[in-house]
Amino acid sequence: MTECPGCGEPLDPADVFCENCGTSLVAAPPVPAPAAGADSALPPAAGPVCVHCGAGLVGGDGFCEACGMAQPSPRDHVERSLAGGAGVSDRGVRHHRNEDSFTLAATSLPDGRPAVVAVVCDGVSSASRPDEASQTAADAAGEALLTALEHGEAAEPAMRGAIASAAAAVAALAADGTAPEPGHNSPACTVVSAVAAAGVVTVGWVGDSRAYWIPDDRTDAEPYRLTEDDSWATGMIAAGLMTEAEAYADARAHAITGWLGADADEVVPHTVAFTPHVPGVLLICTDGLWNYAEAATSLADLVRADARTDPLRAARALVAFAVAAGGHDNITVAVLPVQPDPASGWVDTVLDLPVIKPTVPPMPSFPPAVPTEQG
Amino acid sequence: MASLAKSNLPRFTTEIFQNEYLAEGAREVNAIVTVTATGGGTTGGRPLGPGADAAPGAVQDAAVILMVDCSGSMDYPPTKMRNARDATAVAIDTIRDGVAFAVVAGTHEAREVYPGDGSLAVASPATREAAKQSLRKLTAGGGTAIGTWLTLADKLFLTRHDITIRHGILLTDGRNEHEKPQDLQKTLDRVSGHFTADCRGVGTDWEVAELRKIASALLGTADIVAEPADLAEDFRSMMTAAMGKQVADVALRVWTPANARVKFVKQVAPDLEDLTQRRSEAGPRAGDYPTGSWGDESRDYHVCVEVPSAAVGNEMLAARISLVLPGADGSTEVLAQGLVRAVWTDDLASSTRISPQVAHYTGQAELASSIQEGLEAHRAGDVDTATAKLGAAVRLAHQTGNEGTFKLLQKVVDVVDPKEGTVRFRKNVSEADSMTLETRSTKTVRVAAKKREG
Repeated sequence: MTECPGCGEPLDPADVFCENCGTSLVAAPPVPAPAAGADSALPPAAGPVCVHCGAGLVGGDGFCEACGMAQPSPRDHVERSLAGGAGVSDRGVRHHRNEDSFTLAATSLPDGRPAVVAVVCDGVSSASRPDEASQTAADAAGEALLTALEHGEAAEPAMRGAIASAAAAVAALAADGTAPEPGHNSPACTVVSAVAAAGVVTVGWVGDSRAYWIPDDRTDAEPYRLTEDDSWATGMIAAGLMTEAEAYADARAHAITGWLGADADEVVPHTVAFTPHVPGVLLICTDGLWNYAEAATSLADLVRADARTDPLRAARALVAFAVAAGGHDNITVAVLPVQPDPASGWVDTVLDLPVIKPTVPPMPSFPPAVPTEQG
Repeated sequence: MASLAKSNLPRFTTEIFQNEYLAEGAREVNAIVTVTATGGGTTGGRPLGPGADAAPGAVQDAAVILMVDCSGSMDYPPTKMRNARDATAVAIDTIRDGVAFAVVAGTHEAREVYPGDGSLAVASPATREAAKQSLRKLTAGGGTAIGTWLTLADKLFLTRHDITIRHGILLTDGRNEHEKPQDLQKTLDRVSGHFTADCRGVGTDWEVAELRKIASALLGTADIVAEPADLAEDFRSMMTAAMGKQVADVALRVWTPANARVKFVKQVAPDLEDLTQRRSEAGPRAGDYPTGSWGDESRDYHVCVEVPSAAVGNEMLAARISLVLPGADGSTEVLAQGLVRAVWTDDLASSTRISPQVAHYTGQAELASSIQEGLEAHRAGDVDTATAKLGAAVRLAHQTGNEGTFKLLQKVVDVVDPKEGTVRFRKNVSEADSMTLETRSTKTVRVAAKKREG
C-alpha cells in the first residue's frame, strides 16, 4: 500500500494508521464465524486493542500482547484549560515518555481579586525518574503558590518560597528508598512558574525553562523573553567569553547549570515581576518549544493573534508547531492571558514593559533592556 | 489442595538488569535475570503437589536414586570401588526420613542393588541400614553403558508418580564404551524432564564432554572427583543439596513480541548452561526453558532477544520473563515475573552504555569457551592456539575476579602477566588438573556488589 485507501495520502511502509485521516491500514482481525456449539465459542475480546499494530490486545502491564509496543500513557498528551489560562504538554516525537509536567490553577487573593498560577517543569533525562521529578516539582510549587497567595503573601516572596518547596520535594525523591537507576543522577528537573494577579505578572525559574511576554499588538509593542537560562551558553555569554552565536553552536550549550534535585549545589530561584501596559499573554514553556523558536520575536510569530481570548488553542498550536518541527524533546506550554486595567493604576515593578506607541498614555519609567534577576 | 501446595512453595523473585536504551536501528536486547527462591527452608518433609493429601508421617516429598559405576576398571586401584561404596553409604545416611530411594549398580547393564524389588524404598533408620548392608553387593566387573543405568532409574522413579522432586546421583570412572553415543542420546531424550541428576567422574579415565552432556540434559552438575578419598564428602554435599529442593519442574517462560527472535537463553550463575535448544512452546509467542528443581538458592540467566526495530521515541516490551510451575491439572502457576524493555533513543550516552551485569556474564561465557577451546587445541597438539586461548582465559578470569577458575588455570599454565593474558604452558601438567579445569570451566562468579551500583 503506498497511499491511503481513504484519502489518498502517501504512506510510509511502517504506517499502521493513515497520518492524515486515521484510517487503519492493517486488515481488520478476522471476525470468527458464529460457532454452532458453545464449546467452540471464542472468548470475547477483553481490554483495549494496541494502537500500534491494531491487532493485539493490551496486557495488564501496558504492552501489546502481539507486537510488544508500549501503549500511550495519559501523560503523553495533557491539556488543561480554565478561565485564566491554558496549558498543553506533549511527549513529542523522539522521547519515549513525557518527562515534562505542569500545573495550572486559579484562586483569589484575600481582597477578592483573581490570581492565576502556572508552573511548568522539565525532568532532566540524564537523572533517575525525571517524569516523577517534574510532576513532584510542579505539584509542590503550584500548591505552595496557591496557599501563599490565598494567605495574602506578596507574589515574589511567594514565588521564591514555592520554588524552595519544589526543590525540597524533588530532593526528597532521592531518599524515598527507590533504587537509583545505574549511571543516572538523583531525580532532577527545571521549573518556571508564573503568577498573574492584581495587574502584575511575577515569574520565577531555575534551569532553562522560559517565560515570554507576547503582546497582542505585535507591531507596536515588543515581545520579550523574561527569563535568563541557567545554562552553559548563558554563562559563557554573560562572562563575555563567547558571542551568542558561538555559545549556542557549542555541543554544551544546553547543559543546565541550575536545577531542582538532591545533587543541586544550591538552588537559587530567580524571580522577576513586571507590569504589562498592553493586553497580551504570558507564555511559559520548556525547551522542547523554544529550541525551535528561540528569540521572543520568532516565538511571537507563532502565537495566534487570538491567544488572549483562546489560550488553549494558542497553546495547542505552539505544541503542534514544535512536534512538526521534529519534536526532539517533550513540549510543554502554558498561556496566561493578561488584560491590564489602567483604571486601577499601575503597580511599580522593576520591569515595566514599555509601550513603544507614543499615543498610548501613560508612559512609565523606561525599563532596562534585559530583565534583571532578583533574589 | 491448591492453596496448601502454594503455601509450601518457596517465594520466587526476579530482578532484571539491562540497559534498555537502543540506538536507532538497533535490534538486540540483552538482559540478566536474577531469580531467587527463598523462604522454603531446607528442613522437614514438606508435602508438595498430589502427595500432599497423604497422611502425615507417610509423606514422601522426594525420591533419590544413586547410580554407582561397578565396571571392571573400578578395581584399578581397588580403593576406587571401596571409596565409592563408602561414599554411597554416606549419601544414604544423608537421606531424610520419608524420602523414597534406591541404589543401582551400573556396568554394561543396570542392576538394582536396593531395595531390589523393582520399586523405591522409603527412608527410615531400618531401610538406611539395610541399604548400607546391601552395598557389599557393589563389586567391580563388566563394562560401561550409562544409558541402561538411566533407563532403570527412570523406570524406578516412574513407580512413584506422586513424587515431584526426583533426583539422581551418577558416579562413573570411565567412558561410555559399551553403548553407541546415539543410544545414550536417545535415552537422554526419553528420560530428560522425568528426573534431574548430578554426575561425578572419579579418576581421570572418563570424558568431560560426555559427562557434561548427561548432566546438562538432566539439569544437574558435572564435576570431577580426582581423588577417590574425596568421594564421601562430595556425595554428602550433593545429597544435602538434593534434600534442600522444594519444588520441581520450574520453567523460565520467555514471551517475546511478534517478529522477535530469542537468540539465546543461558543460565549464567552459578554455572553456565545453554538452555536455548531446550525451549518448548508455551502458547502464543512464549516458550518454556527448563530450570529443574529449586531449594533456597539464586541463579542468573542471560536472555538475548532480537526485536523488530522501532522508531526513536518508541518503547517496546522485548521480553516478559516468568517463572512458571506446571500444575497437576495442566494449568500453570506464575511464581514471579520481570519485564525486559527496549527504548529507542537518539541519546548516545544512553544507548552506548553497557549493563555491567550483561558485560560481566558475557565475559564469563567467553572465559568458559576460551578454556574449552584451549584444552581442545592442546589435545590436538596445537600449542600456539592453546596458549592464546588459555592466555585469554587468564586475562578474563583476572579481570572478572573469578578466583576459582584463575587458580585452576595456574595449575595448567604459568601466568606471566594476568592483565595482558601472557602465559606459558606448564611442563608435565597432570591429567587431573587439566580435567578439573575443563570440568569447572563453566563455573561462574557473580558481579561484585560494588559493580552493581555503577
